[in-house]
Amino acid sequence: MRRIVRIASWLYAIAVYGFIFLPVVVLVLFSLQATSFPIPPFTGPSLRWYDAVLSDVRLTSALVNSLLVASISSLAAVTLGFLSAWGFARFVLPGSGLLRGLITLPLTVSYLIIGMGLLVLFNWAGVPKSLLAAGIGHVVINLPLCFAIIYSQMGDHQINIERAARDLGAPEWKVLLLITVPVMAPAIFAGFFLSMTFSWDEFVISFLLTRFDTTLPVEIWNLLRSGLNPKTNAVGSLVFAVSIVLVVFFELTLLRRKPA
Amino acid sequence: MSTSANNGHARALPWALVTPALGWTLLFFVLPFIAMGFSSLTAHEGGGFTASNYSQFFTNPSYWQAMVNSLEVTAIVTVISVLLAYPFAWILAEQVPERWQRLALMLAVLPFWTSYVVRSYSWLLVLAQNGVINRALTGSGLISEPLQLANTRFATVTGFVHFFVMLLTLTIFANLKQLSPSYRKAAADLGAGPVRTFLDVVLPLTLPGIMVGAFLTFVLCIGDYITPQILGGNNELLMPQLVMMQIGRRGDFPLASALSIILMAVVTIAYLACARWLKIERA
Amino acid sequence: MSAPLVDISSVSHRFGQHTVLKDVSLRIEPGSYTILLGPSGSGKTTLLSILGGFVTPSEGKVFIRGEDCTSVPPAKRPTTTVFQDYALFPHMSVGGNVGFGLRMQGVDGTTRAAKAREALALVGLAAAFDKKPHQLSGGQRQRVALARALVIEPAVLLLDEPLGALDLKLRRQMQDELKAIQKRVGTAFIHVTHDQEEAMALADHCVVMNDGRIEDEGPPERVYARPATCFSATFMGESTILAGTVTQAKERTNTVATPVGPVSLPGALPVGSAVVLAIRPEHLVFGETGGSVKLGTVEVSDVVFQGSFKRVLAVSVEDPSLHFIARLPATATVRPGDMVAVSCDTDQIILLTH
Repeated sequence: MRRIVRIASWLYAIAVYGFIFLPVVVLVLFSLQATSFPIPPFTGPSLRWYDAVLSDVRLTSALVNSLLVASISSLAAVTLGFLSAWGFARFVLPGSGLLRGLITLPLTVSYLIIGMGLLVLFNWAGVPKSLLAAGIGHVVINLPLCFAIIYSQMGDHQINIERAARDLGAPEWKVLLLITVPVMAPAIFAGFFLSMTFSWDEFVISFLLTRFDTTLPVEIWNLLRSGLNPKTNAVGSLVFAVSIVLVVFFELTLLRRKPA
Repeated sequence: MSTSANNGHARALPWALVTPALGWTLLFFVLPFIAMGFSSLTAHEGGGFTASNYSQFFTNPSYWQAMVNSLEVTAIVTVISVLLAYPFAWILAEQVPERWQRLALMLAVLPFWTSYVVRSYSWLLVLAQNGVINRALTGSGLISEPLQLANTRFATVTGFVHFFVMLLTLTIFANLKQLSPSYRKAAADLGAGPVRTFLDVVLPLTLPGIMVGAFLTFVLCIGDYITPQILGGNNELLMPQLVMMQIGRRGDFPLASALSIILMAVVTIAYLACARWLKIERA
Repeated sequence: MSAPLVDISSVSHRFGQHTVLKDVSLRIEPGSYTILLGPSGSGKTTLLSILGGFVTPSEGKVFIRGEDCTSVPPAKRPTTTVFQDYALFPHMSVGGNVGFGLRMQGVDGTTRAAKAREALALVGLAAAFDKKPHQLSGGQRQRVALARALVIEPAVLLLDEPLGALDLKLRRQMQDELKAIQKRVGTAFIHVTHDQEEAMALADHCVVMNDGRIEDEGPPERVYARPATCFSATFMGESTILAGTVTQAKERTNTVATPVGPVSLPGALPVGSAVVLAIRPEHLVFGETGGSVKLGTVEVSDVVFQGSFKRVLAVSVEDPSLHFIARLPATATVRPGDMVAVSCDTDQIILLTH
């Protein structure tokens, strides 16, 4: 009986892993062939399409735009999220539960609707489509995330640590800089990293709110109009590689730092 | 004990901390909603108050059909994803040796971190007329003509399931690991076999977590535009595609607003219906 | 007489509707070790928070070294708190933690390190300077917290259940060390606990609190031998409690009617006063040849062997609602079910009016 369960488990796990990796393997594999269609049979390794991607100004500038929007909007989201989490965790504010609910509310609404709302508002207010507009949208989706992560990590112990610092003579700004931020660093970094990932990958809001200068997912979307295209494979593989590096980095630095 | 404020500046400080975030949310989340609400009640041609954007949804069968399609696809995706992910998470948590679990889980969700747009496109490579699957099937002589896999509901569901299996594996795995091993030991000690233990102890205790994961799947799936647009094509429209179509082709913001609000209302109703189960988790 | 170091004057405090401190007044002398003893909810921790400046009392005033500190923030008053969970800064080394207060005062790095090392040596952790808090055991963290608070030389050190998180053996050991350190540095310590053994072992001055009030205060020997109230007699050590009424009063002697018969003892209360007689467990004598005051017959219900003695619970035959708690030598041969006469000496009976 145990043996059967084990064997069945193995088979099942392999099948699911196969399902999960199938599209990724196909993507990377056919980015490496020189023919104009990324379809079987595989005709041998070539970096032709990677060359094409890296010399495509539209794609490379979209990549820079994406990094800019992601880092600046994540910085804004994590700053706003941290300050508000600190305020709510440390002080008794009237209507605190309701206000915290308001900040986390965007988490329950789909990106499409958030983007639509901003589009209607900006259209009405005469704000032109731009990377800035998309960045504002990215802060809207990432602020509640940063707030929730950081707020959940601010327990009583954390509050006592700050009290101790104040008791030992630290003024408010030194408590913030020397105690709260370093102690909360893992949560702050996790919030920032997740925001970066979500912003980097976000499509609909950028699609609705940008026009000429746009982000990488939107530029990739534009490439898709030409159907199956090895260039899309190449740029997709590159994005995948960057994400893997980030995830491994995150895993090694942050998650391994837990005290023994 | 409450942190009572002692001095004058401590009264202003907390508000100074929370106001930027609250202000941002009000200005760029609540206000857009109000704007969208107003917009949905204006006529596309010439402005002026009208409820026709909403009545169109109920009278135009193709709009109505988009909602039915969305609900069907979302339901199918949620059920299949949970059914696939639960045994997988269970194997990772129970059958894989402890020291390999972290790696096994990381591998299982690795494609989760790739670009969402690229992931849908990758499925197109797999499912296309001359894609990997059709080549393999015709090559082995199982079929003579390639199957129509892309631009179908099947393709949309496959793309969604791929994404949500990873997401649910993560949440269910976390759920199973949180379960204290003493529950299982106690059940075994009291004479329950492995199957009974699973059905009577493990499954009920992880059910609230599954509900939360399923709800998350529902919300993310019903609001997604990318997967149905890339994989499903325009043969069968889902709600997000219908919304985007109003903006893209016709610039009809009022109708797009009304459809968005209807979509949100459906999610809210689903939330209220599930709230009873979702609350169990918080208690 | 010199002014007290700390003078708490008629302090009351409310959290919402709930009054946690009711008109509390207390004076603390320089160099003393004061214990605030009481069950949870007695207001002892709130009183400590008021002293530390974390809570401003609803009414009353707090003077430290003659200055009104009632609403002075924690940083600006000459007190330092050792928190129950130690509240060490997890991202700083032990040396960084201990030097933090000096750093805030603008003391330069070298002096800071020297003083921090000195403070660590005082608590017996000289070698831990470069370690991180998570590398230390519970007892060691406790010492670091102590060194961190002492290094800035406060006039009063406040300790919030400092030994609460330690296991029993370590607790007794740290208890002795705390006392020794306090004597060495001469700082006034105010220490909150619910452990009466800790209180008796450490205090110069013991303050028993219950329900937001001070029930009794004084040297622990006095509080134990002659508790001022019934609560104090049962919370600081155990007692057998006999309720009664004064029936006779002459020549500084009272006769009290109790469920086990009349008891005569020194006292000058008027006839008709309701009183309580408390007797410590070690003063009860089992058997016919006992003390001068006969307390009737009891049936032994439970005997618990505790190493150096036996703790005996018994029920009065005369009044089954009356429970006796006695401490007998380890060699005593009582068993559950035995019927025994109980007695004690007159001068061991504590006469309480409430």
